[in-house]
Amino acid sequence: MQQTRDSIKDIWGKRSPYKGDWPVRVDEQIEEEPDKWVQSACVLCSNGCGMDIGVKDGKIVGVRGRAVDIVNHGRLGPKGLNGWVANNSADRLKRPLIRKNGKLEESSWDEAMELIVKKSKEVIEKQTSLGIGFYTSGQLFLEEYYTLAVIGKAGLGTPHMDGNTRLCTATAAAALKVSFGSDGQPGSYTDIDTTEAILHVGHNVASQQTVLWMRILDRLEGENPPKLVVIDPRKTFTAEKATVHLAPITGTNIPVMNGLLNLIIDSGRINKEFIENHTVGFEELKQIVAKWPPERVEEVSGVPAAKLREAAEILGSASTLVSTALQGVYQSMQATAAAVQVNNLHLIRGLIGRPGCGIYQMNGQPTAQNNRECGADGDLPGFRNWGNKEHIAELATLWNVDPDIIPHWSPPTHAMQIWRYAEQGLISLLWISGTNPAVSMPELQRIRNILDKEDLFVIVQDPFMTETAERADVVLPAAIWGEKTGCFTNVDRTVHISHKAIEPPGEARSDLDIFIDYAKRMDFRDKDGDPLIKWQTSEEAFEAWKQCSKGRPCDYSGMSYSKLSQGSGIQWPCNEQFPDGTPHLYTTHLFNTSANICETYGYDLDTGAAVTAEEYKAIDPKGKAFLKGTDYQQPYEIPDDLYPLWLTTGRQVYHFHTRTKTGRSKALSDAAPDAFIQISEEDAARYGIKEGEMIVVESRRGKVIEPAKIGGVEPGLVFIPFHYGYWDKSDRPRAANELTLSEWDPVSKQPHFKYAAVRITKADAGIIESTADKIEKAADTIKSKLKSQEA
Amino acid sequence: MHIGQYIDLVHRTEIDLVKAFKKVAKAHGDEPDVYQTCQLLASWSQKLVEEFEPIVKRYKEESDKEPDRLTQTLLKDTRKGGLALLRDLHDLYLITTEVKVCCTILKQASDGLRDKDLTAMCEEIERQTTRQLSWLLTRAKQAAPQTLIVAK
Ligand code: SF4
Repeated sequence: MQQTRDSIKDIWGKRSPYKGDWPVRVDEQIEEEPDKWVQSACVLCSNGCGMDIGVKDGKIVGVRGRAVDIVNHGRLGPKGLNGWVANNSADRLKRPLIRKNGKLEESSWDEAMELIVKKSKEVIEKQTSLGIGFYTSGQLFLEEYYTLAVIGKAGLGTPHMDGNTRLCTATAAAALKVSFGSDGQPGSYTDIDTTEAILHVGHNVASQQTVLWMRILDRLEGENPPKLVVIDPRKTFTAEKATVHLAPITGTNIPVMNGLLNLIIDSGRINKEFIENHTVGFEELKQIVAKWPPERVEEVSGVPAAKLREAAEILGSASTLVSTALQGVYQSMQATAAAVQVNNLHLIRGLIGRPGCGIYQMNGQPTAQNNRECGADGDLPGFRNWGNKEHIAELATLWNVDPDIIPHWSPPTHAMQIWRYAEQGLISLLWISGTNPAVSMPELQRIRNILDKEDLFVIVQDPFMTETAERADVVLPAAIWGEKTGCFTNVDRTVHISHKAIEPPGEARSDLDIFIDYAKRMDFRDKDGDPLIKWQTSEEAFEAWKQCSKGRPCDYSGMSYSKLSQGSGIQWPCNEQFPDGTPHLYTTHLFNTSANICETYGYDLDTGAAVTAEEYKAIDPKGKAFLKGTDYQQPYEIPDDLYPLWLTTGRQVYHFHTRTKTGRSKALSDAAPDAFIQISEEDAARYGIKEGEMIVVESRRGKVIEPAKIGGVEPGLVFIPFHYGYWDKSDRPRAANELTLSEWDPVSKQPHFKYAAVRITKADAGIIESTADKIEKAADTIKSKLKSQEA
Repeated sequence: MHIGQYIDLVHRTEIDLVKAFKKVAKAHGDEPDVYQTCQLLASWSQKLVEEFEPIVKRYKEESDKEPDRLTQTLLKDTRKGGLALLRDLHDLYLITTEVKVCCTILKQASDGLRDKDLTAMCEEIERQTTRQLSWLLTRAKQAAPQTLIVAK
C-alpha cells in the first residue's frame, strides 16, 4: 500500500499555517497504481471532500483528494482515505433474498420485486397507502431521494416517509427554518479562512469532520489566529484546543446559551440597526435571556460564571464569527431552542451574509442535506411548505397530478412516529433503505420487537447483511458509492458529482434503479395516463430535480452533470443570476420568511404546536429573521438513587454510523475495534473500577457490557460510542442504544440520544456469558417463530 | 355582583384542566410526546392555579358553587382502543376551550372593574390556553387520518 500520510496515527496530518488562502495538500492512498482516476467525493461524513477514485482492472484500488475542490483543497481524513475498501468486501450482498420458512433465501429480482408489489397492493387494499412507510438514510444520492419522494408523495400518496436524518440533522433543518424561514446554511467554509472567532457548540469537529478541523488547526497556527470557544461536556480533541472551554452538565445547553446572549445584550455589544431592520422578536428574546445572569447559569449548568464571561467577551467583541452546532445540541433536551440561540447570536450582532461570518447547523451524514431538499424525509421537495396550498399546487403541476394526492393535511410523519405506527399495526409495510435502525435507533429491544412483528412486512435495501437486514422479509442488494453516478450536497451547500467507477458486485442495483422499477411495476401514472416517473437515468433524474428546485432557495437550475464534472463542487443556489454558485446566503439580509416563500409557518418551541397559515399571515415578517427563545426545562429522565449516572452517547473519529462500511476497513477497525464505557477517574475510584475491566451498564430499558476507559469525562457522566452492534461480534450486548430513550424534541422530533439515567456495576464472567446467551436465544426464537408463521 | 362566580369557575376549571392533562399523560404513556407534553401543559396550568389563588380569595364572598358541567361528562375515564388517543385529545380540547371562554368573559368584567391584577391574570390564562389549544389541535390533526382511516 502506498500513502502520502498515515492518517490512522496522525489524524489531521502536517500543518500548513495560513490566513486567507488555504494551501493545497493532496492526500492519497492506493493499493496499486490505478489505470484511471474517476471524479467523486467522499460519502463518510457531511463535509463532502472532493475525491478521485482510483480504478484498475474494474476494481477500486485507492483514492486521492481533489486539489481543485473548494471544500478540502486536496485533503482527506482517515475515513476518506481508508473507507473505500468496503466496496471490495467479500460479504457484499449480491442477490435479492426472500424469507421462506423463516430463512432468507436467494431469489431473482423479478420474484423479489413482484412480491413487494403484491404486498404493497394488499396493504393498500386493506389500509390505503397510509399503511405503507419508508425509512431512508443520509447515504443515498440526490436523484434517488427525489425519485422516492415523487413515488411516495404523488404515486402512493403516503405521508409516512422519513430518513435516519431525523436522528442526525433534523434539528439543523428545524433551527434554520425557525430563524430564517427555510433550510439552507447561510455561510461558506471559506469563512474559516479569515474569521476572528469560532464557536463550536456540542460539536466535536476534530473527530467528526476531520478535514474541516485541519482547516481550523491551520488557522490556529497561522498569523492572527481566531479565538476558539467550545461548549461540550467532554474534553474532546476540539475542546483541548479551545481558548475557552465550557463544560455544561448534560441537558443544560439552554441556560448556557441564554446566559451568553444575556451578557452580550447587557454589555450593549449588539447591532441595533441590524436588529431593527432585519429581525423581529428582540424584546421578547431579551426578556427570556435576562433571567440568566452568570451566577444562575453556574448554579444550573456547572459552568463557572467567570468562564461564561470570558466566552461572552470573545463572542461579543469579534467582528467576524463562525459558529457550528451538532449532536451535543441536536440530540439533547430543548434541541431546536438551543440551536436557534446560535442563530440568534449572529442575528443580534449582525454577523451574517458576509465573508468570515458563517453559521453551520452541521449535518452528520454526507447526503442528509439532499434528503431534506428532495423531500424523502419529513419535508416537501424544494423546501416547500406543506401548509401552503400554492406550494402544493406547484408540485402538482410539475408532476401533473391532482393536488389532493399529495399528502399535506398535517406535517409529514416523522421517523419516531412511523415506528410507533408500525408498532401499533397501523403501518404494515416498512421499506428501509441504506440504514440500520436495529443499531442506530433508541431503545433497541423495542425496535427489534417491531421489526420481528408478524403483521409488518419489512423490506431492507442495503449493500450488507446488517442487523436490520437479518430481520427483513425481503432484502435487496444495493449498489453504493463508486458503483453508480449521482450528486450530493455537503454542509456548506457544495454540490458534488460522484461518477460510476466500477460495476456493482453480483446483481446489486442502484437505489435509483430499484425505485424506478417499483414505480413501473406499480404502474404509477400522471393525470394524462403517462408514467409518473419520467426518467430512467440519474442524469435525467437530476434534470427533473432542477425543474423542481427552480426558483426555490435551493435552486440547482444552473447546474448540469457536465458543469459539475469540470473541477470543484458548486454551491447552490446556482441559476441564471448566479451561474457559478453562491458562497453566502442572505447577503442583502432579506431572509426567506415571507408567507409565500417560507418553508414553515413555525412552531411553539416548547410544545411543537404548528402555527397556522392565517396566524402567520397576520404577523408576516416579510423577509425579517425571527429571534426566538425559550426558558430552560429539565430533562424528563434525570439520575436518581436507582440510576445515579448520566449516560451520553456519541461518535469516534474512525467510524461512521453503525460501521457497515468503516468496520470493514481493517485499518479503521483496528484503530477502534470495540465499544467501551468512558468514566471519570473519580467514579472509577468510587466503584473500584480499573482500566479495561468489564462493566455492566443498565438503564430502565436495557443493559450493555463494556470495557472501562478511564478519564476525559466529568464525574457523574459516562460515555459510550454508538457505532457498535452485533454483525461482527455478538458475544455480549454492546450497542449503546440498548439504553437510550424513546423521546424527542417537540419541534425537530430528533430523539434525545445525549442523555439517559444509568447505573454501573462490575461484571463477572458469568453475567457476560449468560446475558449474551439470553440475547441470542431470545432473538432466535422470536425470529424463527414469527417468520415461520408468516411463511 | 356575580363576578365571584366566574372567578371561581375559571379557577375550578383550571384545576380540572391540570387533572385532565395528567390523566391523559398517564393513559398514553406509550406515546412519549403525548406523555411529556401533557405533563408540561399540566404544569403550566398548575402554575396559573397557584397564581390565581390570591384573587380567588379576594372575591370569595361572591362565589357560589355552580357544578362545572364539562368535566362531569368529559374525560371521566380515559379510553381504550384505536380511537382512544384522538378522543382524549378532543376532550382535552373542549375542557381547555371552556377555560378560555370563561376567561374571556371574566376579562370583560375585570376591565369594567379596572382590576389590573385580575385583567393581567386573565390575559396570562388566555395566552397559555391558546398555546395549549394549539398543541392539542396539532397533535389531534396528526393522529386523525391514521386513526380514522387505518385503525381497527
Ligand atoms: S472529513 Fe468527512 S468527507 Fe472528508 S474525508 Fe473525512 S469522512 Fe470523508
